[in-house]
Amino acid sequence: MHRYIINRILLVFPTLIGAAALVFILMRLVPGDICLVRLGSGGTSFSTQALAQCHADIGIDRPWILQFGDFLWGLARFDFGISMWSGKPVVQEIATRFPISLEVAVMATIIAVAIAIPLGTISALRQNSWIDLVVRTFSIAGLATPSFWLGIVSILIVLDVTQAISGHPWMPPIDYVPLWKDPLRNLSIVALPAITIGYRYAAVSMRMTRSAMLEVLREDYIRTARAKGLINRIIINRHALKNALLPVVTVIGIEFAFLIGGLVVTEQVFNLNGIGRLMVLSVQNQDYTMTQALVMLVVTIAVLSNLVVDLLYAWLDPRVRLA
Amino acid sequence: MISGWKSCAVVLAMAATAAMPAVAAETPKRGGTLTYLIPADAPPSLDAHRETTYVTMHTGAPFYSVLIRVNPDNPASTTDFVCDLCTEMPQPTDGGKTYTFKIRQGVKFHDGSPLTAEDAAASWNKIVFPAEGMLSARSSNFEMVDKVAATDPQTVVFHLKFATAAFLPALADPYGWIYEKRILDKDPHWYEKNIMGSGPFKFVSYDVGQAIRGERNPDYYRPGQPYLDAIVGLYAPKQATRVDALRSDRAAIEFRGLPPAASEELKAALGKDFASQESDWNCGSVVTVNEKKKPFDDVRVRRALTLAIDRWHGAEALSKIADVRTVGSLIFPGDPMAPSTEQLHEIAGFWRDIDKSRAEAKRLLKEAGAEGLNFELLNRDVDQPYKYVGIWIIDEWNKIGVKVTQKVLPSGPWLAAERGGDFSVVLQANCHSIVNPLIDVQPYLSSSISKQNYGNYEDPKEQEIYDKAFHETDPAMQKQLMFQFAKHVMDTEAHKLVLPWWHRIVPYHAYVKGWKISPSHYLNQDLANIWLDK
Amino acid sequence: MTMIAPTPTGTPVLLGDLPSRRPFGARVLNFFVRQPIGSIGIVIVVLFGLAGIFADWLSPYNPTSNDFAAMTESPSWAHWLGTDQLGRDLLSRILFGARTAFEVGLTSALIGGFSGLVIGVASAYFGGQLDLWLQRVLDIVMSFPLIIMALAVVSIFGTGVQNVIAAITIPLIPRCARVVRSSALAIREIPYVDAARACGYGHTRIILRHMVPNVMAPFLVIVTAFVGQAILAEASLSYLGLGVQEPVPAWGLMLQGGAEEYATTAPWIAVFPGLAIMLTVFGINLFGDALRDVLDPKMRER
Repeated sequence: MHRYIINRILLVFPTLIGAAALVFILMRLVPGDICLVRLGSGGTSFSTQALAQCHADIGIDRPWILQFGDFLWGLARFDFGISMWSGKPVVQEIATRFPISLEVAVMATIIAVAIAIPLGTISALRQNSWIDLVVRTFSIAGLATPSFWLGIVSILIVLDVTQAISGHPWMPPIDYVPLWKDPLRNLSIVALPAITIGYRYAAVSMRMTRSAMLEVLREDYIRTARAKGLINRIIINRHALKNALLPVVTVIGIEFAFLIGGLVVTEQVFNLNGIGRLMVLSVQNQDYTMTQALVMLVVTIAVLSNLVVDLLYAWLDPRVRLA
Repeated sequence: MISGWKSCAVVLAMAATAAMPAVAAETPKRGGTLTYLIPADAPPSLDAHRETTYVTMHTGAPFYSVLIRVNPDNPASTTDFVCDLCTEMPQPTDGGKTYTFKIRQGVKFHDGSPLTAEDAAASWNKIVFPAEGMLSARSSNFEMVDKVAATDPQTVVFHLKFATAAFLPALADPYGWIYEKRILDKDPHWYEKNIMGSGPFKFVSYDVGQAIRGERNPDYYRPGQPYLDAIVGLYAPKQATRVDALRSDRAAIEFRGLPPAASEELKAALGKDFASQESDWNCGSVVTVNEKKKPFDDVRVRRALTLAIDRWHGAEALSKIADVRTVGSLIFPGDPMAPSTEQLHEIAGFWRDIDKSRAEAKRLLKEAGAEGLNFELLNRDVDQPYKYVGIWIIDEWNKIGVKVTQKVLPSGPWLAAERGGDFSVVLQANCHSIVNPLIDVQPYLSSSISKQNYGNYEDPKEQEIYDKAFHETDPAMQKQLMFQFAKHVMDTEAHKLVLPWWHRIVPYHAYVKGWKISPSHYLNQDLANIWLDK
Repeated sequence: MTMIAPTPTGTPVLLGDLPSRRPFGARVLNFFVRQPIGSIGIVIVVLFGLAGIFADWLSPYNPTSNDFAAMTESPSWAHWLGTDQLGRDLLSRILFGARTAFEVGLTSALIGGFSGLVIGVASAYFGGQLDLWLQRVLDIVMSFPLIIMALAVVSIFGTGVQNVIAAITIPLIPRCARVVRSSALAIREIPYVDAARACGYGHTRIILRHMVPNVMAPFLVIVTAFVGQAILAEASLSYLGLGVQEPVPAWGLMLQGGAEEYATTAPWIAVFPGLAIMLTVFGINLFGDALRDVLDPKMRER
């Protein structure tokens, strides 16, 4: 067991180094660079000396191998460098944007869980009833709707509805305020994006809850319990749900990790100044240091949550760790 | 449905709003906070000397003063330059080679220290003669400048290498913010991350990618100004967000410009609260053909491509959906030097009869052996107006049997492809802040002379006409020569396919007063003369 | 024979028999009878598929030609679904868009699925160092943000449909490989694979005859899901400006510029392509669910 755990943890490192190499190379294979974007994207003229000076300032005129060495050496010391775009430390730039992404992800998770577990359970208990049908349709529709589209429509609905009610269109503020400073304002900003993401997220989790529940309900011990005449509610709460929850929690966990880096499109739609928007900005600006740092952040979160899931399963299922 | 009604209403609205700025001036009211939108994410740095983007301009301009500028009360003029920090526009001496500026007395930086000629000289030296390791984006615009010096605390003198009319417009560049010498001496990079000037507003806070906030500078040197108590600039890269924010009054105005459909939507939603101003935009839409690639080295093919495009009808329709409107030549329409409509009709692709034009195009293609030509149009991943114009011309070319696909790239790769000659045909924009046709057409000169000309051609004849025009002192003669130049580039050699000019539409809440539109979103952004009628 | 079905976490679950010995026609009929909802899904998908195939005949207008005399017209007899801001007929663009959607969806799903199948089975069968390092590569690709992959592919190779397909396919590969591998791993442990090896059969034969057929069920389920996901991914990439480009008619592209700009003034521009995407992906998912129920007897009602 210990050996399995140690092996599994050590294997995280080659993955991270591989991801580092991949983002490093991909970003540099894209034609153009941040200096061109910076000086030329407005359509105005700029001098060749200015371009050369900009390259020298940032150090992207140096050989790749040196730049890669710097990058890895920085990673080893948790030093992510300076953003090529703003000139500020990458860590500082990410720190200003992380809270909002985290908050949206947490809210979306809460919404998803609140919808998914009760509905998924009912759906499984009343398999093939009209409730099941409605719930399944609702969840499949959630998987079929482009999230940005849902976002755009929901803002318009809010604008139109408030205009119809009060005569003045209202939309959530577009500048973020932390929860502890102004809770109401904060919630009004975060609610819509959390609901639109939460819907898709709920759809995924609901399907998982339903199928996990269905499986558990067919297990012998549940049937035994039923045969013993235990009241249905006790069976469901004490036994079935508890056992069905593990895969559900796993899905929720993995989706959550995915959300942290997966808010790219939603943050665009709602003008949220989170790390998803920062990623789009950095990629468009060809800001190598910032993109590299963000990718490492996203990959690390994903790899670690995979690790946790693997270890969890190893602990639960001896076949895996002995294999 | 309602769309027909709305578009009709909008045409009327546009006619009405065009006349609006002419309404007699009202007495400005003091107070209030202006919330405006900045249509971008974070700017690269806050130092205007090193950046070219409007994002830095819209972020920082209210906090700074400049030496001279375009008249904020008449920014549409292409020749009206006035003093900001100086006391009087100087008459050049020494045969046009020396310009002496007197600096206003009693101007204070926001940190309380006085602003002197030393500060102005240090800032301009930083722009014109960047120190080793310092980046200055526009130093090449000042090749005529020999020396900048402060001769006493109130006097700064610019010595030129040769007399030229291009100097003053270049000096009025809105990016010439005046910094404090003491700070520059200590750390020349300080202004990249900090804001501290002598402008109408004092810096309050900056949340990267989110908001910039300023408050009224009580010590501002223009009596009564600024009228606003505070300003808030909100960053919103997505257009839909900005339109929604304007509609719900989360913000009052966005200064860069919104497309016609957005203006139309706001007009309908805001009713009485709606106002807008429009102007031709000093951004030319231009298709450049890479003449190193076959068959584009053949002038007949290039002429066929320009003859295929029905600009007169296209512009009218496109102006309802995209940021383009006026059909013009290489010279900014509305500038005294721009050719008349009759003259335009003489240029290939601007003929009145499009059927004749297309027949000629087909004939030329056949003659050049390029029937069934197909190529890839390189375009930029920006909706307005690049993609709209792209879709339009592709269909126009289709009408003479030329099949075109589109390669759309984000800004960096798009610029790299242009510079590397890795394209056949590219849609570009040629943008400038201050209208100055003689300088503005320089990107169309032979590739060896203009590094920004990606057409890869050498044309001594073109250069000859340009030089003549540049040195001509008689305005009528100069105008005539510039038309010759335009005809040569657009028709005879068809190096450039000139498409309708960009058109700037700024819709806003009617309570915003005092702001006047200019042909460039770089200009007139210090917000000192804006007030709120609420 | 025993089956392994995937769970989203990739843990194998042992299943019952595949109903594989009955004639194909009977199985299809059985599917329609037992899975009415899944059948609705199939009908939707087939309808859109046919629309795409016969777009040239069905479309009343040329999907790429602008008509400045008919810009942003609301639905009418001349234009059943209205026109977009350039006067292009929306119905024609949606019909041709169906072609692009299925081109992107099917190609991505098949290439992504097949590559995943090969990698997954190989990884499970040969095990050892190969498995170890393949898994690391898959980890990297799976956790890598799609937008960067897409930007790189599109910037280097251009925005043609096939490049967009490449960008969408790459992240699908590891997800399929994961599922296939975990199913295949469990089979590998079953004695008959060893028996086959003891009989002197070659790797190819064992893989093709014994392993591949046994991972077919989870494979089919995930590939079906991929079709819908690829169509959605194309829409998201279009929204970020990295998808299929004009003038190619594509649903995601139709939702991008015009949809946002005209959402209030000419809603049909945005509504119809949005509906087309939703309906198609909805149909695919309905079918996928039904397929899963059929292939996984545990899910069947007793």
